[in-house]
Amino acid sequence: MLSKTAKVEALNNFSTNLEIEGRSLWQDARIRFMRNKAAMVSLFILFLITLSVIFVPMFSQYAFDDTDWYAMHAPPSVDHWFGTDSLGRDLFVRTFIGGRISMMVGVMGAFVAVLIGTLYGAASGFIGGKTDRVMMRILEILYAIPFMFLVIVLVTFFGRDIILIFVAIGAIAWLDMARIVRGQTLSLRGKEFIEAAHVCGVSKWGIITRHIVPNVLGIVAVYSTLLIPSMILTESFLSFLGLGVQEPMTSWGALLQEGAQTMELAIWQLGFPALFMVVTLFCFNYVGDGLRDALDPKDR
Amino acid sequence: MLKFILKRILEAIPTMLVLITVSFFLMRFAPGSPFSSEKTLPPQVMANINAKYGLDKPVLEQYVTYLTNVIQGDLGPSFKYKDFTVNELVASALPVSAKIGAFAFVFALVFGVFVGTIAALNQNTWLDYSIMSTAMIGVVLPSFVLAPALIYLFSIDLGWFPAGGWLDGSLKYMVLPVLGMSMLYVATFARITRGSMIETMNSNFIRTARSKGLSFPYIVMKHALKPAMLPVVSYMGPAFVGIITGSVVIETIFGLPGIGKLFVNAAFNRDYSLVMGVTILIGFLFILFNAVVDILLAYVDPKIRY
Repeated sequence: MLSKTAKVEALNNFSTNLEIEGRSLWQDARIRFMRNKAAMVSLFILFLITLSVIFVPMFSQYAFDDTDWYAMHAPPSVDHWFGTDSLGRDLFVRTFIGGRISMMVGVMGAFVAVLIGTLYGAASGFIGGKTDRVMMRILEILYAIPFMFLVIVLVTFFGRDIILIFVAIGAIAWLDMARIVRGQTLSLRGKEFIEAAHVCGVSKWGIITRHIVPNVLGIVAVYSTLLIPSMILTESFLSFLGLGVQEPMTSWGALLQEGAQTMELAIWQLGFPALFMVVTLFCFNYVGDGLRDALDPKDR
Repeated sequence: MLKFILKRILEAIPTMLVLITVSFFLMRFAPGSPFSSEKTLPPQVMANINAKYGLDKPVLEQYVTYLTNVIQGDLGPSFKYKDFTVNELVASALPVSAKIGAFAFVFALVFGVFVGTIAALNQNTWLDYSIMSTAMIGVVLPSFVLAPALIYLFSIDLGWFPAGGWLDGSLKYMVLPVLGMSMLYVATFARITRGSMIETMNSNFIRTARSKGLSFPYIVMKHALKPAMLPVVSYMGPAFVGIITGSVVIETIFGLPGIGKLFVNAAFNRDYSLVMGVTILIGFLFILFNAVVDILLAYVDPKIRY
């Protein structure tokens, strides 16, 4: 039998040999996310699509607004991989240029929405009391307004500016975000470390930005990933009605609209943009689901 | 219960007021006028037109006049279709949208819940997986991709249904618009139903019902369905809103003379009073339907206190 000191020594040896690494929430989430095959594949495809919408138009032999009068409605061939549209413009380049606009609007719109929504929700939840009630009442009123219709009014009357579209779309979508963040903030507010910050004399704004916002970041990340596809859809919706980006610039929605008009004689004009858009939306949804599973603390 | 309903309806009034105010001032401050065309009119004629529509009065007075008219149910004259009032235009378009919308909504709800329940009761079998992956496609595919695809398949290729038109709402002309409009909501209702049904079927009171020896269909219909419907009922509001908004696209694609098409045309024509009228009407429908859903939810969910 070993003596007590020997036991302690053996235990010490054992524990130094064991490499126990502390894992933060984010490391943990990353490991779980990496294990999710569907999400990883989607992320990889999204990465490829992002790269190609940035670089393909730069290196293509055609410009997106080059018209070729000898190749109108040309089916896919070696010259024009995706065929051409009704003005003989190369659809391969146009699909990627359109993707660039759609993705940009999606990301920017989601960014605007997340920014407004997070700050509004965090402020409302943290300040509480009367302010919270008033802020939530305002939110409820905004909920009941048919925003899509107001956006259509806005873009028809104030000009079809891409910046305006960003702002208009982003301004609709922050409502849900604000509600979610408010709920999270309410549950955080009672925690000890917030009280500690209070006691230390940190200002309300300081507590919101330094303590509340970082802690709701997980759920914000999930919802922003799910928000991007819905933003892309909204932009396409507007472009489809002819209210989004204007010729010769294009987006997936605008391409789909043109394609739908000519699908009887040139189905590829509808097919290729639709394919890219649907794949992108699919991938964003899977990545969002994967992130949610990875960051959900209930799932431990 | 009556008090709750009354309170819910009273709450809708300020929302309505905000909506009317926002749309009124948005219109008034929009650049350009519905009467500015390529041909510039003589100033006397312009003044006469402005006087006829009350546009020469101070904005605040116009606002008060408009508000009182709207409260009395009068949405004013159309600026573009000179012989019609907004009420007449809306009255001719609303039945079309209402018919398609109602069909789409009922179809989405019934079929979605049915399919979702089947998937839940066959959890993790091939049936479940195939239903749910189809639903995923339905969620992702936007209506303006789906509708042209439906036209391509069923009208051009197979020639089963007409590609557009209305023909007084005969059934044949309605199939494709209703399908195109409702697929997203069929899929969403199915996903929601499946999730909540699985949760309900695993709960204690279902186990009790089973151990009593009740038949399986009886348990599902009598015990599980009502509690499983809670999230479905609360999604009915957003689905209704989405179907109305979606009507803009569907009616444009299929060339239907409904509210959505009327609205888009009015926006393109800068027909301020018509745009405003339709926006207010739709807002009113949103608010009304959300109130109905809330009341329904209070009825279905015993946990909600009123």
